[in-house]
Amino acid sequence: MSATSETVATQASTNGTSVLLSVDNVTLTFGGVKAISDISFNINKGEIRAIIGPNGAGKTSMLNVINGFYHPQKGQISYKGKTRRRMKPYQAASSGIARTFQNVALFSGMSTLDNIMSGRSLKMKRGLFWQALHVGPARQEEIEHRAYVEKIIDFLEIAHIRKQPVGKLPYGLQKRVELGRAMAMEPELLLLDEPMAGMNLEEKEDMSRFVLDLNSEFGTTIALIEHDMGVVMDLADRVVVLDYGQKIADGTPAEVQSNQNVIDAYLGVAS
Amino acid sequence: MLYREAGQFKTTYADDQALLPIAQDRIGLFIILAIAFVALPLFASEFFLSSIMIPFLVFSLAAIGLNILMGYAGQLSLGTGAFMGVGAYACYKLTTLYPDMSIIVVLLLSGVFSAAIGVVFGLPSLRIKGLYLAITTLAAQFFLEWCFIRIGWLYNYNDSGAIEVPTRTILGLAVTGPQATPLTRYMFILCVVTIMTLIAANVLRGRIGRSWMMIRDMDIAAELMGIKPLNAKLSAFAFSSYYCGVAGALMVFFWLGSAEVEAFDINHSFLILFMVIIGGMGSLTGCFMGAAFIWVLPVILRAIPSAFDLNLLAATMEHISSIVIGVLIIFFLIVEPHGLARLWQIGKEKLRTWPFPYAT
Ligand SMILES: Nc1ncnc2c1ncn2[C@@H]1O[C@H](COP(=O)(O)OP(=O)(O)OP(=O)(O)O)[C@@H](O)[C@H]1O
Ligand SMILES: [Mg+2]
Repeated sequence: MSATSETVATQASTNGTSVLLSVDNVTLTFGGVKAISDISFNINKGEIRAIIGPNGAGKTSMLNVINGFYHPQKGQISYKGKTRRRMKPYQAASSGIARTFQNVALFSGMSTLDNIMSGRSLKMKRGLFWQALHVGPARQEEIEHRAYVEKIIDFLEIAHIRKQPVGKLPYGLQKRVELGRAMAMEPELLLLDEPMAGMNLEEKEDMSRFVLDLNSEFGTTIALIEHDMGVVMDLADRVVVLDYGQKIADGTPAEVQSNQNVIDAYLGVAS
Repeated sequence: MLYREAGQFKTTYADDQALLPIAQDRIGLFIILAIAFVALPLFASEFFLSSIMIPFLVFSLAAIGLNILMGYAGQLSLGTGAFMGVGAYACYKLTTLYPDMSIIVVLLLSGVFSAAIGVVFGLPSLRIKGLYLAITTLAAQFFLEWCFIRIGWLYNYNDSGAIEVPTRTILGLAVTGPQATPLTRYMFILCVVTIMTLIAANVLRGRIGRSWMMIRDMDIAAELMGIKPLNAKLSAFAFSSYYCGVAGALMVFFWLGSAEVEAFDINHSFLILFMVIIGGMGSLTGCFMGAAFIWVLPVILRAIPSAFDLNLLAATMEHISSIVIGVLIIFFLIVEPHGLARLWQIGKEKLRTWPFPYAT
């Protein structure tokens, strides 16, 4: 098992692609529970990297470690060549990591537009003085960012709900707004935690199209957690499989699919 | 009907982001401002200005202060009265220490002191939330009240323990103290409240206001989008307390004329809290509605019997109006827990879509 995964990993990094993020021997425990034990893998620039595994495998915890929300007890994360032991969430955000959440975590009291505008927070610089007057630079800044946000709204086809409070939107649209909010940060690395969970087929197709377009048009590197194997096989360039906090396979979708460990732990049970 | 936006097309983002994008709202606001700035000064009695309009504006401003913290940034506070007190005492100390300093400058500076105190008592918000935070602000309320009584320096060691407002002039016209007419005091407060409301509206719709609402709605997501909770929460405390402080200074200098610690006690904190809840959390319009409901309505209720030549005891009238107000509060909160502002908004929404209620 480790033989195949390691060869794939080294192949990828010698094929001229550069590593954007690498996770090295990360261990994360909650009291007695080992959510992640000694996991290493990497994400190359420009790829769609799927993270799969049965419920409770540690996938969400992995994303939380990557964007600094949890601090691992052991191991380290290197992002864009820089290694940080403890990264704060806002440091991750300002260095270009954005994410969506498994349970939609929108700002429920705000409109679609304001939710996506909030993704521009880090890029807006004007201080209290100009904000208070709302003329000149602050107004200019607001309008520039609005223009960018409108591009995202067009891309995600949500113009009709622009001014609606997000709390009342149907689930599928909320997921889309959340993707828009993450896109507004113009991230280099986008972490998507089950973006298609609970969607019907048509919504899944839409979302898959957005993910693919986002990857090819904007060049965003994507880490994707997903339970729908069909989606994973179609979208992902490489797949890492977790089970009980351990990595059991790593490779192309085809390789992973035929891996005996994976079949035993996951696909075997599912199908 | 008349409230329609049909035919009002926005061709720039600037137009679309205007404070009041719908023309009828702009006309409505213009009419209100015209009444406040022109009609009332010309026709209103001194009693109306000094017992209804001036307190109404003071409380509206304080409610805006609390609403910024509670309705927009999601941090509960029961210390509004005390923060108003800090503003009032700071204003008093500054103007007695530096009598030549313009009262406008003094007023604006006194807000800075309450902002600083607000930040200090906002520090616990980094660790605790909700009701527990409310309890720590209660500590601020009692501690500050204690200071207002015990630290004689704050009221220049007056025997009465009260702060007496000295006369201050702007361009030779007395605006505070016994010589200031209700009209000048009203006009001064009206200008301050109008400008500060506009500033609040601007800040709330920009990056800073959004960062407060992000923290309020989903602090984890906000943090992962680059908002530092420390900055967002403490800036909300500072901004909010600044408004409360200025409101407190206005209250003493332009309305009461003198004040003791009772003017800033916990009852006032609750009074402002009710105004915010009745008016509507997260709405500036709601602050004015709440202040009108809690302050103006009782005054009007008390005036009704004498208008019909009924002779009721003042105390009886007091009780009746309390009962009526209490019932109305319960009624409105059942009809719309989000306050009068939401009720108003729903009404407007209905008008917009009338007679096709399902069109959006
Ligand atoms: N904050 C926490 N405190 C305690 N235990 C936690 C915490 N977060 C996660 N865990 C535990 O860590 C393990 C991995 O959880 P995680 O949410 O990462 O799984 P997952 O792979 O995302 O599962 P799912 O597919 O259900 O989303 C689980 O056993 C979970 O109970
Ligand atoms: Mg999960």
